[in-house]
Amino acid sequence: MRLIAFWRSHAAELAALLGQHVFLVGVSTLAAVLIGVPIGLLAAKRPRLGAPVVWLANVAQTIPSLAMFGFLLPLPFVGGLGARVAITVLVLYALLPIIRTTVAGMRSIDASLVEAGLALGMTPGQLFRRVELPLALPSIVAGIRVATVIGVGTATIAAAVGAGGLGEYIFRGLSMVEPTVILAGAVPAALLALTFDGGLMLLERGIRRAIESGGSRRVRTIAIAGVLAMAAAAGVAVAIMRPDADVIRVGSKNFTEQIVLGELLAQTIERQTDLKVERRLNLGGTFICDQALRSGDIDLYVEYSGTALTAVFHQPVETDPSRVLDAIRQRYAQAGLTLLEPLGFENTFAILVRGQDAASLKLTTIGDAAGPARNWRAGFGYEFLQRADGYPGLAKAYGLQFGSPPRAMDLSLIYRALADRQVDLIAGDATSGLIDAYGLTMLKDDRRYFPPYDAVPVARRGMLLAHPQVKDALATLAGKVTVADMRRMNRAVDAEHQEPAAVVRAFLQARPR
Amino acid sequence: MTEPAAIVFERVSVARGGPPILNGVDLTLERGETVALVGRSGAGKSTILKLVNRLLTPDAGRILVSGRPTTEWDPYDLRRNVGYVLQEIALFPHMSIAENIAVVPRLRGWDEGKVTARVRELLELTGLGGSDFAIRRPHELSGGQRQRVGVARALAADPPILLMDEPFGALDPMTRREMHEQLRRIQEQVRKTILIVTHDMGEAFAMGSRVGVLADGALAALDTPRAIARSEDPRVKGLLAPLFEATAALQGGAP
Repeated sequence: MRLIAFWRSHAAELAALLGQHVFLVGVSTLAAVLIGVPIGLLAAKRPRLGAPVVWLANVAQTIPSLAMFGFLLPLPFVGGLGARVAITVLVLYALLPIIRTTVAGMRSIDASLVEAGLALGMTPGQLFRRVELPLALPSIVAGIRVATVIGVGTATIAAAVGAGGLGEYIFRGLSMVEPTVILAGAVPAALLALTFDGGLMLLERGIRRAIESGGSRRVRTIAIAGVLAMAAAAGVAVAIMRPDADVIRVGSKNFTEQIVLGELLAQTIERQTDLKVERRLNLGGTFICDQALRSGDIDLYVEYSGTALTAVFHQPVETDPSRVLDAIRQRYAQAGLTLLEPLGFENTFAILVRGQDAASLKLTTIGDAAGPARNWRAGFGYEFLQRADGYPGLAKAYGLQFGSPPRAMDLSLIYRALADRQVDLIAGDATSGLIDAYGLTMLKDDRRYFPPYDAVPVARRGMLLAHPQVKDALATLAGKVTVADMRRMNRAVDAEHQEPAAVVRAFLQARPR
Repeated sequence: MTEPAAIVFERVSVARGGPPILNGVDLTLERGETVALVGRSGAGKSTILKLVNRLLTPDAGRILVSGRPTTEWDPYDLRRNVGYVLQEIALFPHMSIAENIAVVPRLRGWDEGKVTARVRELLELTGLGGSDFAIRRPHELSGGQRQRVGVARALAADPPILLMDEPFGALDPMTRREMHEQLRRIQEQVRKTILIVTHDMGEAFAMGSRVGVLADGALAALDTPRAIARSEDPRVKGLLAPLFEATAALQGGAP
C-alpha cells in the first residue's frame, strides 16, 4: 500500500511529528488539569465566583480553533509561532471539559457524606482530601479523557502555526491534493486519540474500582501513577523535540508554490553556507507569515510584491512593478526587515475557467466572462474574497456579477472544484501546475486590474547582519526562476506527487552555480 | 466536687432567620443516661443534636458539653469527642468497613496498631466480628449491618457522648427490635451518655431512660417512659396515639 510505503520512507519524520503531537497534547492537557481542576473545585464550592469562569470557558470553546490561533498570534508571551501558541490554544480548549466534570463530580457527592465528615470532626482540608476529592475523582478523570481526545484533534491544526505535529502531513497533503499524505497524518492522529482514550479509560476504571473496593490509599496510588505516566509521556516527547538555537528558520505560506520556494531558499542556504536551516513551511496565510517574520519566529520567506503592498501595508493598488518594489522595500526597512532581489517570476492572480467553456464561449479576457457570469458560480480563496485587490475590486473593474454569491474555498481544493464543475470560475495562481493538469484556461487581465506580484524574499535584517553569507547565497537566485520553471515545479509536486525537496534539488542541480 | 453534667442546654433558641425552631429549651443530661427526644418532623430534633457538636450555634442561650460551653471548645476536638450516628448512616462509599470505622481514630492520630485493634473490638461489639466484614464495602452490607457500622464508627474513638439521629428509621420492625436490644447491651458495657432523637414513641420508650417530647420549639414534657405514657398533655397524647391504637388492635382484634 502507498500509505505504508510513505510511512517507511518518512519513518524518522513521522516519529518526530508524532513526538511533537504527543508533546503538544501532553503538556497542554497537564497544564489544563493543573488550572482547570482547582477552578472547578472553586466553582463547585463557591458558585457565585465559579459561574463566570465556567461561562468564560464555555465561550472559549465556541471560538473556531483557527480563529483562536489568529487572535493569539500577535500577543506577547503566549503568541508567536510554534509550540507556545499551540499549547495556549490547546489549554483553552481542554479547560472546559475539565472544569465542567470537576464541578459535576463535586456536586454529585451526597450531602449527607459531607455532613458525616464534618460531624466526625474533619477539618475542611481533611474533608476535601479524604471524602470529596476521592469521590469526585472518577468524574474528573472522565473530563481529562474528553479533553485529551479533543486535544489530539485540535493539535493537528497546530501545524498551521508551525508547531509541528501530525497536522503537518494533513496540511501538506491538502496543498498537494494527495490523499496518501493526508492519511499519513490523519491515521496516526486517530490512533493516538484512541490510545489516549483507552489508557485514560483504564485509569478511570481503576480509580472507580479502587473506590468501590474501599481503599483510599489505592485511589491515591493509582491517581499519582496516572499523573506520573502523563508527565513521563510529555518528558519523552520533549526529549524527541530538542529545539536548536542557532539556525536559519525559513517560513512559507500554505500552498505548493510557497512550499517549493521555501525549499528553494532553504536548500540554497544549505548548499552555499555551513549554516543549519530549519524549515517552518506550510504556515498559514500572508498574515501569519508576516507576524512570524516580525516576531522573529522565522528569519525569511518569499512574499509577492503586490501582496506586500496591499495586504501587509494596506496601500492602494499600484500597477508599476518597480514602484511597487521601491514602496515595499522602504516600508519593510522601517520594520527592520530587508527586501532581497526578486526571484524573476511573477505570480499574479489568475482568473480561470474550464478549457471547454473558454473554447465554446470564445472567452479570452476577464471582460468576456461578464456575460456568462450571470449564470455562473465563482469559487475564491478566503484571502481573495477579503482583499482590496481581490474580488470586490475585480467585480467593479470588470462589472462581474455572479448568479449566486461566490463560494469561499481552500486554495488547495479550488482547481479541482472548477474541473469537477462545482464552480465555474476561480481565482488561482498564474504559476499553478494544476492549470495545465486540469486543462484550465487563464483569462487575460486586459484592464491591468491586478498589481504586479513579483516573488521576492524578505528577511530579518538582524539575521542578515549576523550571517552575511546568507545574503550572498540568496543573491545567486536573483532573477533566476522563470514562470515556466515555477509552473513546472508546481506541477511536479501537485500533479506528479513528487516531494518538494526532490523537485527543488533537481532544479538547483540542473543549473550552473 | 461533683462531676459536671454531660450535656446542658440553657434557654437555647434557634431561628436561623425564619420562625423559631427552638424557643428557650432547657435540658440536662447526666453522665451515662440515655435520653430519647420525640417529635414530629420539623420539630427541631436534628437541630438539637447539631447544637451539641456545634454544627450549629444557637441564636440565644448556650450549650455546655462536659461543663464547657460549646463555643469554647475547638470545634474539631468537640466533634471527635462526641460520637454521631446520622439519619442517613452516610458510610463513606470509597472506604472499606474497617476504614470507615477508623476515621476518627486516624483523625486523632492513633498509631495503626491501636487503630486495627480498636476496629476489631468494635466489630465484635456490634456483632460484625464473625465474617470478613472489615474488608467489605458499604454497598455489600444489608441495612441493619450498615447501621451497626454507623454505630461502630461513632463509638470508634471512645467518646463519652453519643448522638443518634433517627438511627433505625430505615430498618424493618424486626431488625429495629434487634438493634434496640443490641444497643442496650452495648450501653451496659460502655456506659455512654446518649442523646437520641426519633419520631417514633415506641423507639423512644425502648431506648430512653428518660423521654422528652418536643413540640412548638419547646420541651413539652421530659420524664420517665412510665410517666410520659400517662401524660394528659395533648401534645404528648398525639404522639402516643399510634402506639395505643396498635396495642388496642392487638388486644381487641380488628377494629
